[in-house]
Formats: sequence, structure tokens, C-alpha cells
Amino acid sequence: MHEYSITESMLSLALEKANEASASKITGINLVVGDLSGVVKECVQFYFDFLARGTIASGAELAFEAKPTQVRCHKCDNVFTPSDGNWACPECHETGIEIVSGRECYMESIEVE
Amino acid sequence: MNVKVIKVGEDILGANEEKARANKSRLDGYGVLTVDIMSSPGAGKTSLIMATIKHMKDKASTAVIEGDVASSVDADKINEMGIPVVQINTAGGCHLDANMVEIALNGLPLEDTDLLLIENVGNLICPNAFILGEDKRVMISSMPEGDDKPYKYPAMFADSDVVLLNKIDLQPHLEFDVDNFKKIVTGLNPDVIFLPVSCKTGEGMDAWFDWLESVVKGKKKK
Repeated sequence: MHEYSITESMLSLALEKANEASASKITGINLVVGDLSGVVKECVQFYFDFLARGTIASGAELAFEAKPTQVRCHKCDNVFTPSDGNWACPECHETGIEIVSGRECYMESIEVE
Repeated sequence: MNVKVIKVGEDILGANEEKARANKSRLDGYGVLTVDIMSSPGAGKTSLIMATIKHMKDKASTAVIEGDVASSVDADKINEMGIPVVQINTAGGCHLDANMVEIALNGLPLEDTDLLLIENVGNLICPNAFILGEDKRVMISSMPEGDDKPYKYPAMFADSDVVLLNKIDLQPHLEFDVDNFKKIVTGLNPDVIFLPVSCKTGEGMDAWFDWLESVVKGKKKK
């Protein structure tokens, strides 16, 4: 359900940027979404098709660039993607980590006419 | 028609973050220490809030914002304790956002408040992505949920200032490895304050109250 509010915010940001550029139509929206952001792209697309009706973004194509979860080991600085249920460092088996990527949820660019 | 690409490079939740900063500065102006309490449904958010209200009775003026998908059951309980409370019903929404909190703040006597407890919607997936204007984020994980929760919802655990492990009175009935749980939580979040508690028996609650009193005092001094 959080995709609804995320889609609303995303659409309003896209419309604002298009308006600033005096564009008459938004044809594409390029998004970067991390695996840890909890955003399901099919849901965003579904809500977008509904919310964008009657706006200049209606019919715009959404493109999602996925960012995998990456963490850095506190002990040996190894950067790795944790496997399901196992976040220990595969090199030194330390469990202390810092999330370095995977939480992204931003708009890279929009394509307008 | 020519297609033009406009670089945006902005966070999609930027509007929420802007509003949260406004809430924070409003609350700072009144010296109100604000805590966002997050957990799965049934982990003990309302029990923690009620125990905290009782303990803080003569120490600080407490107010509460209750977030629920529907109903005012929790707010009614707090209202009966004579504490200012505003209920937010998200009508299906799975988290509170800064805009809802801004509206709720209008219904609270901020000038007479030292401590504001915000009970977020019971959910481990997204409340952490929506900042509200809080000073501290407290997460409750309860023993019956299992000791593997930090790996399933890592962002929630990584974003919390305090993790309370609740319902420790049930330990004899559960296979819950506290050391392993603590190791995973501190692995994801080395600065976290980890406190095992039972809101029911009161075990471990003094450490929570001590922490809360110290942050409330710290905020008032500023």
C-alpha cells in the first residue's frame, strides 16, 4: 500500500519538473529503486496508470533501474550482496555491516515533449 | 515533437522529508522530545506507551499521536488516562507520513508538552522510509515474532535508535536466541541501544525509562 503514496509523490515531482521546463507532455519517467526500499515496481505502474489519468503524464512509460542490496563489512571492508538470511561477511564471517546500497528511491530523469 | 530528457536526481519522498523538517523545527521550538514508535502489529506499541505514560506521570507532560489503519481503540485507552491524544486513521495506508503528523500536531497542546509519543501503524516494511519530524526512532520486536526478523526487515532495524525486545516473559515457551538476535541487530546497527523488556511484568523497563528521561531532559535544556 505504500506504493500508492510513493506513486503520488513521484507523479507530483514529475509534473513539477515538467512544468518548470514548460513541457506539454511527459513521455517517460526514469526511476532508481533499491531492493531494500520495499517498492514493488508493478504496484507503482498500476497506481501510476490510474493517478496520471487526465494529466500530461498520462501514458508515460516508467523505467525502473534496480539497485541490489550491498553491504560493507565493518571488519575487513569487503563489499558484498547478502544472500537470503545470511548477512555475515563471506570473507571473514563478521556480522557487523553497513548498508551501502539498496535503499535508493529517486527519480533520475524525465522525458518530455 | 522532440523528446527532451530533464535530469531530476531527486528523492521521491523529498516532499515528505521537507514537511518532516518543518514538523521537527516546530517541535524543537516548544522543546518537545518526539519519539516515533514502530513495530509489527501486536508487538506491544500501545502497552509500551501506556506503561511509559504511567511512569512519566510526575516527570514530564506526555502527549500521544495514535496511528492506525482504522478504529480509535488505542486512542480511547490513552484518553481514559487523561493524556492529550490525537488519533490518525490512515484508511488503509500502511505508515504515517509527515503531512498526517503536521495535522495531528494542531490538535495537541505543544506548549505544555515535554514528550510526544507517536505510535506508527503496525508494519515492518515501510514506516522507516517516512520520517515524521521525530528526534528518536524506537522499534519494538517481540519474542514470539522470532529471532530472524532483523534479516527479514533490515532497514527497520538499521534505522532505529533503540530496539526494544518485548515479551521476554514468554522466553520459557519459545525457542528464541537472545544473544543471536542481539548480534544480528548490533551487526546491522552498531550504535543501537538494545533493551530486552516485558511491558507486562515490568522486567527491564527501568532501562527504557532511564534512557527516555535522559533524552527528554537533554531536549529541554537546549
